[in-house]
Amino acid sequence: MEIFQAFWDTILQRQDLIIERTIEHLYLSFSAILIAIIISLPLGIFISRKQKLAEFYIGITAVFQTIPSLALFGFLVPLIGIGFETALIALIIYALLPILRNTYTGITGVDQAIIEAGRGMGMTSSQILFKIELPLSLSFLMAGIRTATVLTVGVATLATFVGAGGLGDVIWRGLQSYNNNLVLAGAIPVALLALGFDFILKLMEKRTTPKGLKMKS
Amino acid sequence: MITFKNVKKTFEDGTEAIKGIDLHIEEGKLVALIGPSGCGKTTTMKMINKLIEPTSGEILIGGENIARQKEVDLRRNIGYVIQRIGLFPHMTIEENVGLIPKLKGMKKEEYNQKVDELLNLVGLDPSVYKKRYPLELSGGQQQRVGVVRALAGDPPIILMDEPFSALDPISRDQLQDELKQLQTKIKKTIVFVTHDMDEALKIADQIVVLKDGLIEQVAAPKELVQTPKNEFVRSFIGEDRINAFLNLHTPLLSPVTSIMDPLTEEIKTEFPTIDSTADLKLAAGEMTGRNIISMYVVENGKPIGIIHQNLLLRKLAGFEKGV
Repeated sequence: MEIFQAFWDTILQRQDLIIERTIEHLYLSFSAILIAIIISLPLGIFISRKQKLAEFYIGITAVFQTIPSLALFGFLVPLIGIGFETALIALIIYALLPILRNTYTGITGVDQAIIEAGRGMGMTSSQILFKIELPLSLSFLMAGIRTATVLTVGVATLATFVGAGGLGDVIWRGLQSYNNNLVLAGAIPVALLALGFDFILKLMEKRTTPKGLKMKS
Repeated sequence: MITFKNVKKTFEDGTEAIKGIDLHIEEGKLVALIGPSGCGKTTTMKMINKLIEPTSGEILIGGENIARQKEVDLRRNIGYVIQRIGLFPHMTIEENVGLIPKLKGMKKEEYNQKVDELLNLVGLDPSVYKKRYPLELSGGQQQRVGVVRALAGDPPIILMDEPFSALDPISRDQLQDELKQLQTKIKKTIVFVTHDMDEALKIADQIVVLKDGLIEQVAAPKELVQTPKNEFVRSFIGEDRINAFLNLHTPLLSPVTSIMDPLTEEIKTEFPTIDSTADLKLAAGEMTGRNIISMYVVENGKPIGIIHQNLLLRKLAGFEKGV
C-alpha cells in the first residue's frame, strides 16, 4: 500500500510534467504516423501497379526496420542534429514498413476477377481504385496503421535522447535520479497509450471490413 | 453490328494469338466462339471491348472503328459477364447492378425500375435479393446477377466469357435455358465464348469455330453438324453429337437402327426386310408404299432387329423414343 501511495504522490507532484510530456509524446507520434501514411499509402498504391518495383521498395523499408531504434536515432543526430525533427524522421522511417506492406498486400490481394469485371464494365482506373480496390483492402490498411501506431508510440520514448521530449523524458529523469516511481509514472502512460490506440484502431479495423465480406462463412 | 476486318494479334512475348480473322456478327444474334484452349476465342472477344488491342486490322461496331473510341465509353455500352462472376463483394446486389447506370450518370429513379424488371426476368425477386450481398447467394444466383448487371446499362452488345462453366451442371443447364429465353425478349447482340460444344449447339444462333488463331467455320448449329467444313470441325463436334443432333433435328436422316428393337426370339412371322444402313426416309417410303407395319432390319444378310410403323411415326413426328 505504501508503495502505491508513494507512486501516487509522485504522479500528483509531477502531474504538470507528465501531462506536458504526454501531449508532446502524442503530438510526436501522431505527426510521424500521419506523415508515414501520407508517404506509404500512395507509394503502396503505386507499387501495387508496378509489381516488379514492389520488392525493391518494401525491401528498403524492411532494411530501415531492422536498424535498432536507438541506433537509428544515433545515426540521425550527426546528420540533422538534435531536436523534434530528428525524432520525427526516425519515427516516420519506423512507421513506413507496416503501412506500405499492408497497403501493397491489401490491394494486390483483391480478386483479379473483380478488377477485370470492373474494367470490362467501363470503370476508369481511379473508379476501380476508389470504388473497388480501396474499399476491399481498407481493413488491411487499417491493420497496417494499427501496427505502425503501436510501434511508434513505444519507440517515441527514445525521442528524449535526441532532445525531443515525450514521456521518455519522465522515464529518463526517473532513471537518473534512481526514482523508480518516476520511471513508472512515465512508463505506465506509454503502455496505456499503446494499448488504448491498439484497441481503438482494432475497432476501426473491424468497422472497415466491408459488410458483404463479413458474411463469408 | 460487329465486324472484324483482317484482325491480327501478336502478344508481347511473340505468341500469335490471332492470325487474321474476318468475321461479321449480326445484330440481335447470339454468337458462340468456340475452339480448343489457346485457339484465340477469348482474345477475339476481348478485342471487342478493347481489353485487348489488336496488332493490326480493324474492328467496327455499328460501322464505327472502335480504335477511335474511348475505352471507357465503349465498354459502358458493352455488357460484360465473366466466368468467375466478379460481382463486387462489398456492394449489395442493387449496388452491383446499378453501378453502370450510375456511372453513366443516370439517376436512381431512372434505372431502379429497370433493375427490378431484370431481376424478375432471371427469377430473383427484387424485394428479397436487392439488399443482399453477393456472398449470400448461390453460384447460380450470383451469375444471374452477373448477367443482370451486364444488361442494366441497356447495352446493345453483351460479351460473355465462359459465363456458366464454373457452375454445377444443373445450374448451368438452367442458366443456359434462361439465357435463351431471355434473348428472345431482349434481342441483344451476344458474343459468347465457350469450350463446351453442347452449350454452343444449345444456345447459339451462329457458331464460330476457331483453331490456332484462325476461323475454321462459321455456321448455324444445325448447319455446323450437318456439314462440318473439315476434319477438325467434325472431330471437334464429335461423332456422337453429330448423330445425336441429327437424330433430334432431322429424324428423316437417322439410321433405321435408331428405332430398332433388337431381335429377342426366333423369327416366326415373315416380314419384309430393310438394310441396317438405310435411313428412316427410306423405311417410311417402304412402309407407306407397300403398307407394311413391321420390317426386319438386316445386317450382312442376317436379321438383327425389327422396326414398327408406330415407332417410326413417333420418331418422325419428333417425339423421343418410346411409346
